[in-house]
Amino acid sequence: MRLNTLAVSTAVLLAAGSAHAQYTNGTIKIGVMNDQSGLYADVSGPGGTWAAKKAVEDYGAAKKGLKVEVVFADHQNKPDVGSNIARQWYDVDGVDVIVDVPTSSVALAITQIAKEKNKVFLGSGPASSDLTGKACNANFIHWTYDTWALANGTGKAIVQTGGKSWYFLTADYAFGHALEKDTGDVVKKNGGTVVGAVRHPLSTNDFSSFLLQAQSSKAQIVGLANAGGDTINSIKQAAEFGIVEGGQKLAGMLMFITDVHALGLKTAQGLNFTTAWYWDMNDANRAFAKEFAAANGGKHPTMVQAGIYSSVIHYLKAVEAMKSDADGAKVVAKMKSMPTEDKLFGKGTIREDGRHMHDMYLVEVKKPAESKKPWDYVTVKKTIPAAEAFRPLKDGGCELVKS
Amino acid sequence: MSTAVTATVTSKSAGAKNRELIAFAVLIGIGLVAPIAIYPVFLMKVLCFALFACAFNLLIGYVGLLSFGHAMFFGLAAYVGGYSVKAWGFSPELGILYGTACGAVLGLVTGLLAIRRQGIYFAMVTLALSQMVFFYCLQAKFTGGEDGIQAIPRGHFLGLINIQDDLTFYYVVLAIFAGAFLLIWRTVNSPFGQVLKAIRENEPRAISLGYRVDHYKLMAFVLSAALAGLAGATKALVFQLASLTDVTWQMSGEVVLMTLVGGMGTIFGPVVGAAVIITMQNYLAGFGEWVLVIQGFIFVVVVMAFRKGIVGEIQDWWTKRANKA
Repeated sequence: MRLNTLAVSTAVLLAAGSAHAQYTNGTIKIGVMNDQSGLYADVSGPGGTWAAKKAVEDYGAAKKGLKVEVVFADHQNKPDVGSNIARQWYDVDGVDVIVDVPTSSVALAITQIAKEKNKVFLGSGPASSDLTGKACNANFIHWTYDTWALANGTGKAIVQTGGKSWYFLTADYAFGHALEKDTGDVVKKNGGTVVGAVRHPLSTNDFSSFLLQAQSSKAQIVGLANAGGDTINSIKQAAEFGIVEGGQKLAGMLMFITDVHALGLKTAQGLNFTTAWYWDMNDANRAFAKEFAAANGGKHPTMVQAGIYSSVIHYLKAVEAMKSDADGAKVVAKMKSMPTEDKLFGKGTIREDGRHMHDMYLVEVKKPAESKKPWDYVTVKKTIPAAEAFRPLKDGGCELVKS
Repeated sequence: MSTAVTATVTSKSAGAKNRELIAFAVLIGIGLVAPIAIYPVFLMKVLCFALFACAFNLLIGYVGLLSFGHAMFFGLAAYVGGYSVKAWGFSPELGILYGTACGAVLGLVTGLLAIRRQGIYFAMVTLALSQMVFFYCLQAKFTGGEDGIQAIPRGHFLGLINIQDDLTFYYVVLAIFAGAFLLIWRTVNSPFGQVLKAIRENEPRAISLGYRVDHYKLMAFVLSAALAGLAGATKALVFQLASLTDVTWQMSGEVVLMTLVGGMGTIFGPVVGAAVIITMQNYLAGFGEWVLVIQGFIFVVVVMAFRKGIVGEIQDWWTKRANKA
């Protein structure tokens, strides 16, 4: 009898022990790292931190007995600042997962550190498709979008809807060249033609000579293989030259809803681009956007901020299922083995190279007259199914993919 | 001849030199125990920037030449040092030396062109050349464009010391810093340094005394460029990356800021200035968008309240007190 009691109590103790989760430092610590004040601050920035906190709240972490803490930092778009913060977070401050990180150079640095320290890095902000290609590793998931998906989505859809001839306005450095080449390949593969391209220096103020060449090329589509301020400036000046009114269409390769907001509909109208998420697509998104706007001075969420939300939810699911956040590679393996599902991104999967697979959308910026409410900026023209939206697994050159 | 010039500029007493050496010993002593309390990677970053600022200070503080393009030596050395280690399999010390040598050669070319002009024209020539280097780095294949050179392996220093461990590498970086700092100190306090100061104070007089001023300026420029290169190549190994940030004109501006905050023309000023600026960048990162505002505010305070920089003001206070006593 006594032996029995002992056995039972031991069993209970053991059960209790295994039910009690083993989180490092007793908390799951999420570090949101992005640009809080510079050119990408609107794309993720403070709103991204809000999205991560919201995800923790919606997941009901406190009710489930999980202690989750969200911290944030500004990497100022400098790889050395970002890499310093990441090392300190992982080594000293007990951060288990870093999320977001726009600016590809910073993200490429941090994915190495996550691997070295065996922690987790979920990239919602970075663009470079190298992150799941030759720079891929077992501690990283690329959540929201990448350059290949944007070039492919926009290029293909536009050719299929009649935009056969293209002229590129390309930022003259590696990123611009890659974007031009990727998009050009897609255009040609789908039966379109590239009639020419003009290269402009990074951070150009005066696009007039480049735009005149684009205009006189008579191409149907002017593809903007540039980013950030260059995209905004080229679109503004294209409006001054009446390029869109003259019948040519602009196609931005790397555009966010906040860029449309900055440009205004009058200037941006008719622009086509690819996005992973748009706030006015369904009720769940609208509800999220409403809360977001209330907390962020009326701004509406971008795809990057929605991606942060989605990635944090999935991370918490995996960690809760494993009852541990200690081994980064194992957590990521668990995340890859589980299908993803949340209210913003719906259902999806994570591929072995770390690519989160979900639908992408081709959108067109509305005319000012069509916009009925604040931030009512684009219409979704086409859904690009997940299987077509991202680079085929075998083309990435990721060493995790067994051939 | 050299004694004549030495007499024209205020040469330091033996006591002042000793005080500087004692302060240096204290600084290294603090450096030896600092990793107990502070994160080593952060300390290494401070040391690299302190060295960079010291190299810059050698030029502006002791020769009176305001270079607005020092990022080109820092950044290019980071690229070539990192590349040689990653792609050609150089050992870390060879990579650092190679980066330093490239910094020196670039310094020679830039110096030959730039020292023909003075004041604002000198600054503009260096800025223009530095922008050329920036655009070269943006376009060149080996730099990886926007992405930079990533995952530079650290390996073993001198084939013996495993510097993959942050703490071990910290002591190596501290040794590099101490060596370079002593070199600068020795230069400044040598007859060569006295001539440099003479040029700063009154260039026509130095010429009239028979000095080939251009040769002296060029040598100082090359030395400064080489040391900036040393800092850059070391930093590339610390962070295991070299990126465009290191060659932008903002980086040239940052080193001016560090030197001004710490105290231009003082031997320890740049070290203090670098520590202050880097600490702000790192520990205020949590304030998000407010970092730049705080940084700007502190800069305004320094310019308004302590013109001579932190170390400059302390030195002033010290000499005044000594004179009173």
